[in-house]
Amino acid sequence: MSENNTLETSRRAPASQQSQSIVPPLNAQAIGGQVSLTIDGQEVKVPLGTTILDAALKIGAHIPTLCHHPDLCVAGVCRICSVEVEGMRTLQAACAFPITAPIKVKTHTAKVRLARRHIVDLLLSDHYGECYTCRRNNNCELQSLAREHGVDYFRFGHPEKPAHKIDTSSYSVVRDLNKCVLCRRCVRTCIDLQEVGTIEVVGRSDNSHITPFLDKPLGDVVCINCGQCINRCPTGALHAQDYTDEVWAAIDDPKKHVVIQTAPSPRAAIGECFGLPAGKALTFELNTALRRAGFDMVFDTNFTADLTILEEGTELLLRLKKALLLREPAAFPQFTSCSPGWVKYLEHFYPEYIPNLSTAKSPQQMFGAVIKTYYAEKHGIDPKDIVTVALMPCSAKKFECNRPEMDDSGFKDVDYGLTTRELAKMIRESGIHLPDMPKSDFDHPFGTATGSGVIFGATGGVMEAALRTVIELVCGIKVEDLFEHANIKPVRGFEGVRYVELPITTVGPVPDMLKHLFPHWNFLKGATLKVAVAHGTANAKKVMEDIKKGGQFSKCHFIEFMGCPGGCIGGGGQPIPTSPEIRAARAAAIYAEDAVYEIRKSHENPDVARIYGEFLSDGPCGQKSHKLLHTHYTARGKYID
Amino acid sequence: MNSIPTFSSMNPEAGLAKALGMPRPDIIAEISASGLKGRGGAGFPTGVKWNFAASAKADRKYIICNADEGEPGTFKDRVLLQEYADLVFEGMTIAAKAVGAKEGILFLRGEYTYLRSHLEAVLQSRREKKLLGKDVLGANFEFDIRIFMGAGAYICGEETALIECLEGFRGEPRNRPPFPVNTGFLDRPSVVNNVETLAWAACILQQGADWFKSKGTEKSTGIKIFSISGDCARPGVYEFPMGISVAELLKHVGGQNARAVQIGGASGQCIPASEFKRSIAFEDIPTGGSVIVFGPHRDMLDVLHNFLEFFLDESCGQCTPCRLGNRKLLEGVEMLQAGTCSMAYLQELCALGESMQLSSKCGLGQSSPCAFLSVVKHFRDELMGRTDHLTHA
Ligand SMILES: Cc1cc2nc3c(=O)[nH]c(=O)nc-3n(C[C@H](O)[C@H](O)[C@H](O)COP(=O)(O)O)c2cc1C
Ligand code: SF4
Ligand code: SF4
Ligand code: SF4
Ligand code: SF4
Ligand code: FES
Repeated sequence: MSENNTLETSRRAPASQQSQSIVPPLNAQAIGGQVSLTIDGQEVKVPLGTTILDAALKIGAHIPTLCHHPDLCVAGVCRICSVEVEGMRTLQAACAFPITAPIKVKTHTAKVRLARRHIVDLLLSDHYGECYTCRRNNNCELQSLAREHGVDYFRFGHPEKPAHKIDTSSYSVVRDLNKCVLCRRCVRTCIDLQEVGTIEVVGRSDNSHITPFLDKPLGDVVCINCGQCINRCPTGALHAQDYTDEVWAAIDDPKKHVVIQTAPSPRAAIGECFGLPAGKALTFELNTALRRAGFDMVFDTNFTADLTILEEGTELLLRLKKALLLREPAAFPQFTSCSPGWVKYLEHFYPEYIPNLSTAKSPQQMFGAVIKTYYAEKHGIDPKDIVTVALMPCSAKKFECNRPEMDDSGFKDVDYGLTTRELAKMIRESGIHLPDMPKSDFDHPFGTATGSGVIFGATGGVMEAALRTVIELVCGIKVEDLFEHANIKPVRGFEGVRYVELPITTVGPVPDMLKHLFPHWNFLKGATLKVAVAHGTANAKKVMEDIKKGGQFSKCHFIEFMGCPGGCIGGGGQPIPTSPEIRAARAAAIYAEDAVYEIRKSHENPDVARIYGEFLSDGPCGQKSHKLLHTHYTARGKYID
Repeated sequence: MNSIPTFSSMNPEAGLAKALGMPRPDIIAEISASGLKGRGGAGFPTGVKWNFAASAKADRKYIICNADEGEPGTFKDRVLLQEYADLVFEGMTIAAKAVGAKEGILFLRGEYTYLRSHLEAVLQSRREKKLLGKDVLGANFEFDIRIFMGAGAYICGEETALIECLEGFRGEPRNRPPFPVNTGFLDRPSVVNNVETLAWAACILQQGADWFKSKGTEKSTGIKIFSISGDCARPGVYEFPMGISVAELLKHVGGQNARAVQIGGASGQCIPASEFKRSIAFEDIPTGGSVIVFGPHRDMLDVLHNFLEFFLDESCGQCTPCRLGNRKLLEGVEMLQAGTCSMAYLQELCALGESMQLSSKCGLGQSSPCAFLSVVKHFRDELMGRTDHLTHA
């Protein structure tokens, strides 16, 4: 594995919004790069350049924050973190103040408390909204600040009318600027973390507001629907489109057969909505809860994750055959296509690479198509009466299921994509305390899942699942012979970009399922499979720019791209808040689940074998699967009409 | 156009020639010895600033001349650029020699676009005279200056917002520390100085630190250029020694019957007649040079309204206290005007003003409440008069 420190990073957010480099004092060496200071009279020693905010945490002093976010660069704009530094005329923003000298800090003097209360008072004077009608009620940083800072009345007034129209134009993200506190976390997320740059601050002073290009509706501009901005918004100003009413209506309609599929990432995170610490998967408790809430069938998205691996893996082998055996041009590297945020990113910014995208649909969309055909047929249900719901960690899935081409079953393949947060709301509305539910299994005929499907949720998971299958199908050996417990650790982790080489030293016989496509594997013998993983579109951009320049990544065969930092566990529909620690805990939950599965490889899933036997009878990448399980893309470009 | 006698009496290029023959630390020592403090308003010792930039290690350094002159009532830099541009460019060249910079940028206020062709011509003639370019005065020293046009935002006069603007971003102040002398334009050490500061630096090199120190006070040495406007007989640009009393200054300009003067522009202080004995110097009433005279007929609430409208317009809007605080102060003035502001609310607004001074991110929000607070302090009776019908109701 190599870390790709050499990749070029583009200029991102303006320097005023970046953490700025700290110039250590000349005697830095002499004091060992450490500096001692006092905070509220307590002595504390920290590395040079540590912010006052972080230093205070070391002694258990919690300085309030609003514009600060652990995933983002420093902004220093809300000023709620103001503290007194002895000898300085003005208060200093603790989140933005790097310690380079032995200063004396006081975090809650009368001046500090009054300034903070004034800041909250001012924010409320410009904040139209009532908490009981707000999606962020009980999980809102502004609300908490008001509670913590003794706001007893609206000292400087409170708007009685909304000043902004709510922007509902996007399939995924709703913007309600009436609740915006201009912390700019969304802006930094979009431009800095994701390098999309959809939204910016426009206008000055009290006219400044967050808006897409030329104040256009979000649905009309270049936005990849990743929802990362939502996850970092401290208030109800950004939230995802909500389809719970529509889903309830379907459940309440006796003529409708309502089927839900659940993806592994929301299952690993939904406990957070019920007060559990991050890192506890509630997969089987959720099955019970969903049935009690009124869903007719509960399926595991892992089934189509396994299907995706077979389709996408076969597609990769076909490309390799084309290039190595037939010596014809083939589009390499092949890119994964299961993250709709990433797909739209590529369609906008790198449309010339659409041939590289795997044509395999995402597991969500495959499932929709399979339910409204195979499942409907098998159970004698008219597909027009089936409503398919998908529980996803993702806001972009809402856009994906509304793509006009996603109707290969003859119907809208997936009717509604629900986020983790929406489903938690439905469960609460049903009076169910999820962690208390007894466990129960998924419904047949898609009951069996494999560990490979589960790990789709974490960055590197798709690659690991694909490698487990490709290694076994091609080399005729057990993955366990190469990697202990079949854990392909080199592709795991949170490094932004990871690169792995796998030499193919032996090849085995072609399995029956693929015999009609491949005469033998000899063309792969001695080849070295080069694969890479990138998560978050900023990292994807690095890899794409490298490919454009003909660099290391252009020589890859297969690259996994996920639109969101951390992969699906960090998706835009996941519980709020998010942080590197929370995402790591969710990923750990996912890998722990994988480890206890009996079957851990997609091609060993008996239900998958059955669907190829019974329904997709011409095998992976055959005509039938092409019609139902594959799709095409739209070159969108980055210019707006 | 006004002329400034001291600047008119300077010998062209004598200061630069001298500086080029001096080791760098000696140039900085001369400036430090003169006690020159920044003329842009904040009064930071220029020698200290140059020394920071000189000792910072970097592949490139920049000298930036701040000609954004946006403070209401300030127009002296315009006169300097029109009449004494050579002196300003000479100051920049000396600064460059002192800190080791090759590139200078003049950040020119958008409204001064009409000065640009004149300034370009001066730069061109300096290049021809080998006062700029690859080998300045044959002294194996390279330096050139380009002009960057601002777009009319007051906030871009704040040095870090100015740098953001130079880099092509929205003009918004940065977090400090780090300071521009370490991490400035393109993350390189950068000296940002006011037009007048640089002109004085050229004079000091020519005439010596002692000459400069012979005027002014101990803590505020030298002469200051003032922009004087408002209700006086002879408004215009003047030079006075630092430490001059308000009364004396008013005598010179024919404003003796003023009821108050605003010193330091909209972000400065409002000084009532009872305090006209105070002196204008960094140790008493600091200033960037703007003096606005208010005659007996002026309504101080109108004055405040005007200033606060300005700040509400010009705040960059990034930080909460300034973005929303100025609005509240302006609304407060309107309530006072309408007689609907209670004592208690006025008290709350004063507390808010103090919080803004303490917690705003940059000098704009830190000083925008100054006028409000000083008017409330000095003219309380006048303001409260209008709430009488409320408090007695
Ligand atoms: C809102 C604001 C506006 C400013 N405008 C100017 C200006 O127009 N010209 C100027 O020289 N300094 C201005 N300053 C001060 C600069 O930030 C900086 O202190 C000055 O350019 C330093 O030069 P000096 O040390 O020579 O005074 C402004 C500061 C603030 C906070
Ligand atoms: S954003 Fe927060 S403070 Fe505002 S209405 Fe919603 S919950 Fe309440
Ligand atoms: S959804 Fe993603 S791309 Fe769209 S504005 Fe938010 S962060 Fe940017
Ligand atoms: S929309 Fe949310 S994240 Fe963006 S600035 Fe407003 S409050 Fe902050
Ligand atoms: S004080 Fe005002 S001008 Fe300065 S950074 Fe804050 S909002 Fe911008
Ligand atoms: S949290 Fe520090 S300024 Fe906002």
